[in-house]
Amino acid sequence: MATRKGDDPANAPGTDATSAVLRELVAHLRQHRPALREEWAQRITEARLLTTMSRDEVFAEATSVYDNYVEALETGTFEALHAYARNLSERIIPRGVETHEVLGIVLLLRDVLARSLFAKYQGDFDMLNRVLDAYEPAANRIANTVAGGFLEERERIIHQQQEAMRELSTPVLQVRERLLILPIIGVIDSKRARQLTEQLLRGIRANRARVVVIDITGVAAMDSSIANHLVLTVEASRLLGASVIVTGLSPEIAQTLVRIGVNLGKMHTVGDLQGGIEEAERVLGYKVQPVSEAPPLS
Amino acid sequence: MAVPILKQSQYLIATIQSALSDAELLQLRDALTQQVGRYRSRGVIVDVTALDVLDSFASRTLRDVASMIRLRGAETVIVGIQPEVAFAMVQLGITLENVATALDLEEGLAYLDQEKLKRGRERS
Repeated sequence: MATRKGDDPANAPGTDATSAVLRELVAHLRQHRPALREEWAQRITEARLLTTMSRDEVFAEATSVYDNYVEALETGTFEALHAYARNLSERIIPRGVETHEVLGIVLLLRDVLARSLFAKYQGDFDMLNRVLDAYEPAANRIANTVAGGFLEERERIIHQQQEAMRELSTPVLQVRERLLILPIIGVIDSKRARQLTEQLLRGIRANRARVVVIDITGVAAMDSSIANHLVLTVEASRLLGASVIVTGLSPEIAQTLVRIGVNLGKMHTVGDLQGGIEEAERVLGYKVQPVSEAPPLS
Repeated sequence: MAVPILKQSQYLIATIQSALSDAELLQLRDALTQQVGRYRSRGVIVDVTALDVLDSFASRTLRDVASMIRLRGAETVIVGIQPEVAFAMVQLGITLENVATALDLEEGLAYLDQEKLKRGRERS
């Protein structure tokens, strides 16, 4: 992770000479802050980065990034910068900012500052070398930290969204007293299969279900481990006293299951969801008929 | 700890209250097969709500109890298997085939009443 510091001798506070050079460098960057910041924002626009943000927003963010950048150079610690990078990422990721843009603007800032150092020390080649020796490792480190922070934040958001999708993806619904349906849509992986079973078994208990219809019309493919998991789920449901009806097996899935030899003998299958619900109603003793055919209310 | 067996009209209800040793399970089996004849019971309910694990020996014993009681002319229902226990059991391949199961005591009684009705109809 990018926050850890002190492992690399080049980035450690180092000798007195280095820190003196760094101090001078920081003073220089503070002094020319408005001009350098302006130039940086200009180059961001020219490079067509951060196009989803307005000019003012870019400028405001640029200002605070600049200040944090200089501060990291001055103190040689990256924790604050890392926290700031995560915070910034949290704000800009929802706006659609991409990894290459974030890395791009940090590298641009590095270049802008390096250019200004070239301009300042062009007469004194020896001094320029020493300044760059101090500046470059720190600047690379900063780029690393910011990019790392951005990626961490993005991974966190992706993870969060995956969790949310998982939770939403397996509703257990009661359609009648004692009758649950579990429509499964999309790809089932082993994690989702486990979660599905867990939710179904809890649902059976909570709703006191006697019949469950599992509809897999929306499942495109199934492998043997998922099929076996489905069989286990059916058996576990029976141990809780609920019988399971599986509906909507597509021709492809039916062929796959027979070919791989999953034992579906214990499974009660019906062609489609409608048939499954009708069968479940029969088991539960419901009789549904159109109003017109019902005996008139006297 | 011995499992108390309660007589409730035509049914016997055995509620397991804590994890049982193998010997206690066999004791339960013997007691149930005896009492089902003594009280002329039509059904037996074994409540395992309190158990957070059902190993292969316990499952096999329960299956044997069900078969024996069927030979003695009554029906058996296992009630109250917890969701986690149920899934752990099927993963081990223990499915309690040919044994009736129900969600809880109430459902178990309802099941036995239904079975009695069915049998009554077959007889008449």
